[in-house]
Amino acid sequence: MNWLKPSWQALLAIVLCLIAAGLGAMSTPEAAALADPTASYDYPYFGLKTPMIGLAILAGLISMTRISALAEAVVLFIGAHLVAWMLISGITGFEGTALAPYFLLLAAAWLLAWRCVAVLSGLRPMASGARMALRLIIPAIFGAWILIIWEAVTRGAGVPFILLPPPSAIGARIASSLPVLGADVRQTIFKAVIFGYVVGSGAGFLVAIAADRVPFLRRGLLPIGNMVSALPIIGVAPIMVMWFGFDWPSKAAVVIIMTFFPMLVNTVAGLAASGHMERDLMRTYASGYWPTLLKLRLPAAAPFIFNALKINSTLAMIGAIVAEFFGTPVVGMGFRISTEVGRMNIDMVWAEIAVAALAGSVFYGVVALIERAVTFWHPSVRGG
Amino acid sequence: MDTFRDKLIPVTSILLGVVVLWYIFAVILNAPFQRDLDRRANETSTFSELIGKTLSQPKPTLPAPHQVAVNFFENTFLRPITSNRSLVYNAWVTLSSTLLGFAFGTALGIIIAVGIVHVATLDRSLMPWIIASQTIPILAVAPMIIVVLGAIGISGLIPKAMISTYLSFFPVTVGMVKGLRSPELMHLDLMHTYNASVSQTFWKLRVPASVPFLFTSMKVAVAASLVGAIVGELPTGAVAGIGAKLLAGAYYSQSIDIWSALVAGSVVAALLVMVVGIAGRLVDRAMGGRPA
Repeated sequence: MNWLKPSWQALLAIVLCLIAAGLGAMSTPEAAALADPTASYDYPYFGLKTPMIGLAILAGLISMTRISALAEAVVLFIGAHLVAWMLISGITGFEGTALAPYFLLLAAAWLLAWRCVAVLSGLRPMASGARMALRLIIPAIFGAWILIIWEAVTRGAGVPFILLPPPSAIGARIASSLPVLGADVRQTIFKAVIFGYVVGSGAGFLVAIAADRVPFLRRGLLPIGNMVSALPIIGVAPIMVMWFGFDWPSKAAVVIIMTFFPMLVNTVAGLAASGHMERDLMRTYASGYWPTLLKLRLPAAAPFIFNALKINSTLAMIGAIVAEFFGTPVVGMGFRISTEVGRMNIDMVWAEIAVAALAGSVFYGVVALIERAVTFWHPSVRGG
Repeated sequence: MDTFRDKLIPVTSILLGVVVLWYIFAVILNAPFQRDLDRRANETSTFSELIGKTLSQPKPTLPAPHQVAVNFFENTFLRPITSNRSLVYNAWVTLSSTLLGFAFGTALGIIIAVGIVHVATLDRSLMPWIIASQTIPILAVAPMIIVVLGAIGISGLIPKAMISTYLSFFPVTVGMVKGLRSPELMHLDLMHTYNASVSQTFWKLRVPASVPFLFTSMKVAVAASLVGAIVGELPTGAVAGIGAKLLAGAYYSQSIDIWSALVAGSVVAALLVMVVGIAGRLVDRAMGGRPA
């Protein structure tokens, strides 16, 4: 038996497939058709059931033979996703009629995909390009399977639309309401978030420099700044709405307050990060406070500053969206979420959340890219 | 003596400066409305009278510190705890869902971290998503969770606690993964030479090493959990809780109420972080840690 290398995922997947084949009908219409062969019923997976189960079993069996890890991963990848695609596309028109074999087959496909990811995680390619590709592919498969299971379960079990719409419906909603989403993004992100983020982080940075210059200020501000970071600052949102009105300035004000303290605390910590040796060296060069700050201490503080900028990118989005729950003109992401929830348009809410997630990731990604470009000398960037 | 000079004096003097600034801004911000009132009542007030009036408006733009303090004191100590205007009652409502969510979130975070450390597949596939999910404004989901769960008949504590769980498990997961991986190669090799099993290595080396990381991330998590509970109270239409007090204050422009609710939230947050910090120090001492 040394041509076989069993894996529990593939074995379990095959067992599930066999159980599914034994149970028979995949959906209630098919069960009705089997029970009453004379009447003609329309049912999903007509003639597709055996190929689907066969494909899953075949992929599982091939994956356990002694083939190279890469070939195994490719076989599993194709098998798992073909079965999942057939399952999902076959249920169209018969939503909510799926029986146990449907879910067993889904579970089997998921196990195959898991095995695929496990095989891929075990790979240790030499080329850096291949390593990079693996670092992207593995989480991508995982993310894709969250969507596949979400789609297959909501449609197969017929989960009520207002409870959890399938991803395909959310995607369709995004595509059909691009102008509305665009206007919301412009209002919330391009006005409130960017302005508040720049002003808040900038002010935090400047105060940190001042605190660094005046030790008394630093000793007083640091404990306060550390404590404030634990407070629910988001609660100032209603006050800012009272002060600055419903439009974007009130949201920008919330963002300023939320982003100020992380920047202050991190920059002060960063300015203390340069070593004694380096500072002594600067002193032997007879460089004053400002040249030392610009040429040694600020570059040394850059990782800390970018850490704050990254934290702030998330905080800024949260601040602007939550502040809109307290009152806003009839545009904006937080406004859209709270009103569409009230109207039970859950797919629109999900569309808005997807856009917010995308915007948040892009925002974070841009900051991270700038960080890589600026702190190219830092071990965590260089040693990749 | 050193802490007195290096910490207490700077902190108190800056806090005093904040209070002074607050009073000045209260006068400046409330003055236009007060002049307007005076003009309508055909009164002319001297400068000192004007200042006195700006600091005692019923619905000021910026309430003076003493107004907030009086309101906070009245609503905390003078009202019966069962009254729904009592801040103690509202803070308790928020605190209960915070604690429930925090407990769930910490447990979930630890379980995920243990999975990530021990299963390579999870590490490679799940970890990037956990980090990516940090960049997403999770709080935007809060109203939907509340309303959707309300639609299927789950309301009250559970939905709010779910938001808190959601917010608090990320820091714990990230911190615990770091903590469980913090033992050095030397120590792991030592466990190898003892022929220790995976579970023995886990309980005797990884878990003790991760405790400081756990408490640090729990401090972040408990603060996030409180924010989650407060935001979770917004869409329910202001029934009870600190978030509800904020929303009600915003609806009726009761600025003093908003500020005292904010103070209450801050006090709860500070207490929670302090309790976690003390628990961390106690556990550290029980494990034989020496103050560095």
